[in-house]
Amino acid sequence: MATLQLRDIRKSFASVEVIKGINLEIGDREFVVFVGPSGCGKSTLLRMIAGLEEITSGDLMIDGKRINRVGPADRGLAMVFQSYALYPHMTVRQNMAFALRLAGVSKAERDRKVDEAARILQLEPYLERRPKDLSGGQRQRVAIGRAIVRQPKVFLFDEPLSNLDAALRGQMRIELLRLHEELKATMIYVTHDQVEAMTMADKIVVLRAGVVEQVGTPLELYHHPANLFVAGFIGSPRMNLMPARVVKSSGTGISVALPSGPEILVPVEGAGTASGDAVTLGIRPEGLRIEPSGAIAGTVALVERLGGLTLLHVTIEGGEPVTVQIEGSDATKARDQIRLAVDPAACHLFDKAGQALPQRARHPLAA
Amino acid sequence: MVAPLLVMPSIIVLLAWMIVPLVMTLWFSFQYYNLVDPSARGFAGIDNYVYLVTDPDFWVSLRTTLVLLASVLVITVGLGTLLAVLFNQPFPGRNIARVLAISPFFVMPTVSALIWKNLLMHPIYGVFGALASMIGLQPVDWFAQFPLASIIAIVSWEWLPFALLILLTAVQSLDHEQKEAARMDGAGPLAQFYFITLPHLSRAIGVVIMIETIFLLTVFAEIFVTTSGGPGNATTNLAFLIYARALLQYDIGGASAGGVVAIILANIVAFFLVRSIARRLEV
Ligand SMILES: Nc1ncnc2c1ncn2[C@@H]1O[C@H](COP(=O)(O)OP(=O)(O)OP(=O)(O)O)[C@@H](O)[C@H]1O
Ligand SMILES: [Mg+2]
Repeated sequence: MATLQLRDIRKSFASVEVIKGINLEIGDREFVVFVGPSGCGKSTLLRMIAGLEEITSGDLMIDGKRINRVGPADRGLAMVFQSYALYPHMTVRQNMAFALRLAGVSKAERDRKVDEAARILQLEPYLERRPKDLSGGQRQRVAIGRAIVRQPKVFLFDEPLSNLDAALRGQMRIELLRLHEELKATMIYVTHDQVEAMTMADKIVVLRAGVVEQVGTPLELYHHPANLFVAGFIGSPRMNLMPARVVKSSGTGISVALPSGPEILVPVEGAGTASGDAVTLGIRPEGLRIEPSGAIAGTVALVERLGGLTLLHVTIEGGEPVTVQIEGSDATKARDQIRLAVDPAACHLFDKAGQALPQRARHPLAA
Repeated sequence: MVAPLLVMPSIIVLLAWMIVPLVMTLWFSFQYYNLVDPSARGFAGIDNYVYLVTDPDFWVSLRTTLVLLASVLVITVGLGTLLAVLFNQPFPGRNIARVLAISPFFVMPTVSALIWKNLLMHPIYGVFGALASMIGLQPVDWFAQFPLASIIAIVSWEWLPFALLILLTAVQSLDHEQKEAARMDGAGPLAQFYFITLPHLSRAIGVVIMIETIFLLTVFAEIFVTTSGGPGNATTNLAFLIYARALLQYDIGGASAGGVVAIILANIVAFFLVRSIARRLEV
């Protein structure tokens, strides 16, 4: 059992405020991912939860108890560092048993717990080695094992996979999810890799410059981004964003016109918009498809063939570049003239302040 | 053909600077050779060595050499480690404090010995004496009452900055995430020091011990300037004994025998040190 509440958490270094009032609820056994661009304060927030960084103001509660002033070792948390931070002069076994040894746990009990963790992480053959004799992936697992043996209520991860190659990263993602199942613990995970965020999270917290931009499930953020920042940050390839003008607002949605002429009906709530308003139209790359009768004309600038997917970089009339994602391998070549049709359900509208206009229908998986 | 010619210059220099004095020392150590008695020349066999090892002064000087070495090593490495950790903490004026702590290293041994002798430890003019009289105590005549301890204090003062410098750079290279991981694991400041910092420093400590040992076996200027080996033979180490034999008693043969013994002693110490430290460096 472990729930966390963050109430108006703030952090200043000298006179610079880097975390600007964060409110967040984290439920028991939830896998929460903090994402955001570099320098937005993800690590700082995680380190404040860990107790490594003092909280300037606000309340941090675990299971309803305020723990701002509790030391890092007594919060019942364990942290996995980006650099692994293994103790180089200790063997894998000693590394994993260190916390237990400091806590005065008997040798037999320590060995039992370390063996158990080593079994879960398939580290048994390496227990007597030193960290320098392990591969990156093995070191990563030792770092996780060191967290596991303490049986913490909450696991904290700071970009734990960023030093691994792509294949190993994919494999470790799955292992971490399996661990989350097996250990039934709450996990907080920091990354700037949105694939990790999308695939692993129960709940994603998008941060920008010390402020929470949106909290939600991965599909909620994908299908219902609250603002331009989240829309542009979540999803790869990025959502196409282009300036548009409101033509008219009706019961079924808002018609907008692109500068080059074509009109698109976007099914969003239109209260408060007047015709002529400047808005931003967002279309996911998979919401565009090639169709001879399509509304938008353009020239293919570049084709990226990924095998299962084809990405077309198209320059549409008026000079805007857009990305089109097509299932399977497509025969379109660079410099082809094409027409694009728009799937209205994959469109988003953002007002002048960058806030999303609410969709009329929620995506079934992001209710 | 060319290669041997090209290395010749360095071999000649090496011969001139090392091998010649070494061979001459060896040669003289087997000769009767006293500058004030030119008539008594000739091959002495091992007489010089027998005379040396049967001389109680020799064993005292050997003991003094080792006591001096061990004490200064313990003091400089112990204090150096503590100071290195302290100077790594942020505090106002840290940079100035660091410079001050390291500056004694730049004072030459004769000068620092004179400063200690005349400005600090002198029972009448010295700072320590003045402090003692200020609180109503009898000033201590350090070089008369605690001669070896005084020498140890001076030499430690000279070598502490060196240990501090090496250990401070080593402390600074410690990955701070390791310490944070230890904090998360429940290690307090002392446990962090013992389990994380100290093992991290072991390599640097080995280097400090090795380098200091080389120089501490031959401490001379500090003794010459302050006690001249006395009172009696209380502060006569091997280097000073050899000096006394050669240049006070003009006994070149006996001094050379002492020199050969010093070489052997240095090699024995170096052998054990290098072996134990090399093993540590592998980690
Ligand atoms: N000890 C510190 N003193 C002053 N400023 C700091 C300190 N630590 C972090 N900052 C600042 O706080 C901001 C947030 O840093 P943080 O490390 O949390 O970013 P991050 O989101 O983890 O970025 P990244 O993805 O690059 O790891 C940055 O602007 C950084 O410069
Ligand atoms: Mg970070």
